Amino acid sequence: MAAYVLRRLALIPPLLIGVSLLLFVLTHLIPADPAKLIAGEHAGPAEVAAVRHAFGLDLPLPEQYGIYITRLARGDLGVSMLTNAPVLGDLLQYFPATIELTAAAMLLTVVLGVPLGILSAVRSGGAIDLAAQVLSVSGLSFPIFFFGILLQLVFVRDLGWFPLSGRLGIVTVPPPHVTGLYVVDSILAGNRADLASALRHLALPSFTLALTSLAPTVRITRSTMLEALSQDYIRTAWAKGLVPLRVFVHHGLRNALIPVITVLGLYTSGLLGGVFLVELIFNWPGVGLYSVNAITAFDYSAIMGTSLLLTMTFVLVNLGVDLLYAVVDPRIRY
Amino acid sequence: MLSSTRASAISPPRRAGASYLRRSLRLLARIPSAWIGMAITGALVIVAAAGPAMAPQDPYHISAASKLLAPSSAHLFGTDDLGRDLLSRVLTGARISLAVGVVVLVLAMVLGVGLGLVAGYWGGWMDEAIMRTTDVFLAFPRLVLAIAIAATLGPGLSNSVVAIALSWWPWYTRLVRGQLLSMREQEYVLAAVSLGAGRPRILLQHLLPNVGTLVVIQASIDIGFAILAAASLSFIGLGAQPPTPEWGAIIAQARSYMEDAWWYPTFPGLAIFLAVLGFNLLGNAVRDAFDPRLRSVT
Repeated sequence: MAAYVLRRLALIPPLLIGVSLLLFVLTHLIPADPAKLIAGEHAGPAEVAAVRHAFGLDLPLPEQYGIYITRLARGDLGVSMLTNAPVLGDLLQYFPATIELTAAAMLLTVVLGVPLGILSAVRSGGAIDLAAQVLSVSGLSFPIFFFGILLQLVFVRDLGWFPLSGRLGIVTVPPPHVTGLYVVDSILAGNRADLASALRHLALPSFTLALTSLAPTVRITRSTMLEALSQDYIRTAWAKGLVPLRVFVHHGLRNALIPVITVLGLYTSGLLGGVFLVELIFNWPGVGLYSVNAITAFDYSAIMGTSLLLTMTFVLVNLGVDLLYAVVDPRIRY
Repeated sequence: MLSSTRASAISPPRRAGASYLRRSLRLLARIPSAWIGMAITGALVIVAAAGPAMAPQDPYHISAASKLLAPSSAHLFGTDDLGRDLLSRVLTGARISLAVGVVVLVLAMVLGVGLGLVAGYWGGWMDEAIMRTTDVFLAFPRLVLAIAIAATLGPGLSNSVVAIALSWWPWYTRLVRGQLLSMREQEYVLAAVSLGAGRPRILLQHLLPNVGTLVVIQASIDIGFAILAAASLSFIGLGAQPPTPEWGAIIAQARSYMEDAWWYPTFPGLAIFLAVLGFNLLGNAVRDAFDPRLRSVT
């Protein structure tokens, strides 16, 4: 197991070099001259040349990449033109909000998707099954930014159940910083008011984000459950006189879980992409919103930093998913 | 032995082609969701083809007097903040979204299938180089890479199309290469080689048609998601720019007014949903009918 983890971890650096190379090539595809952008609109040719030299933009490209990758290795992602602060610091500040949002979406996906999938498999062909199938086809086709807006129209504008945007109420003092996740921090601080506010703010964005992963989770749980339930050991379990819950969960679900985890891992990709849209709609101060704001300001360092961060997260989540297999299925050993 | 089986060994996939197509189409016709999907996409294609001709009013016509009017018989979908007729704008947008979906797929397919053929058939260092490149592209969450590329190229509809295509081609490369690896050693290929056929001929004449089916199936599933991705980029502000009546862009503008005008984001949103749903239903049905082995894992 340890050897496997090490081998997988060893694959990450070459991948990151490839990813950084791709991002580097991208930033040099910009039609606009970055030196002119940095120098500002009213800069003369001499000033632009000075900026170009100061930022090393007059060096040959391979040399520029060398400098870029050395800086990257030291955690230097450049300075954001928008916030005038180092991109790494900005990302560290905004990332907890994004983690909180995606983790909550993941949790909702599992908590809602798996039981719904089991139910529709157990009552295959019934009303729940039909509803679940319609839901899973439509869920995949629904633009999540439109879904978020609909939720805002119904639950904020009309019903007033949830706040429109943000992470906490305006007058609420954030809990002392430990993890940066308001839900966790407020529990640690024992602050119920903060916890309630954080959860109320988290509800709509996380449900919106969960939409894309919810649909395939229901579908895959249903189909693998159906397959598991037709196996001989399930018949044996029934014959032993086990109660239905134990048959379904202990004997059925456990064996149906592997593909479910695979799909969950796969759709993390969707979650991380959806972060841009959901954070924009709900004004959720995470790296997605940071990056979208950076886009309008042509702040490439910030955009590239965010892309690099989300890609690293994705790679690590995939590794985590592979390790989870061994936990769920003791037959799998690395 | 070769002489007795040569004819069938060289051509089975081509000869089986016609009946395979007919059988698959018959299967397809028996899937109810295929008909729903076909009806929706058919309607979309008609609307897209008719374009502005179908719109009751000029989708660009600004009228201060008819700002943010609720849906009525004069404006079935209501009007936007500049008094433009939303029904006309949504109908006009169909052409943009359909074109975007098709162009993204064509670009991704040409690049992806081409590189996949090279990697899968030539093998060696070229295979290695191409596949490691796909690894890098696939390491990105799909939309993240598309956003990064689009942000670099600058806002605009054609840039966003290029960005999505650039983030999608590796899926086709993998698909084609994997298929080629298993086909390369098949008897009809060996037979063609022994008859002295050159590499390009084998690739184009014998292998491409067989990979083609898989690629088309994949494309029919992907086109809905291509439309969705393009709308998402426009919503962020990276795709089509105002006043273009692109659905995602309309919703982005609608955000400031949704408090008073629910219809403003709702109708373009439903249009995206229906278009994507239609292609997804059709795509999944096509996959099930044409390749039962691929029958949905997800």
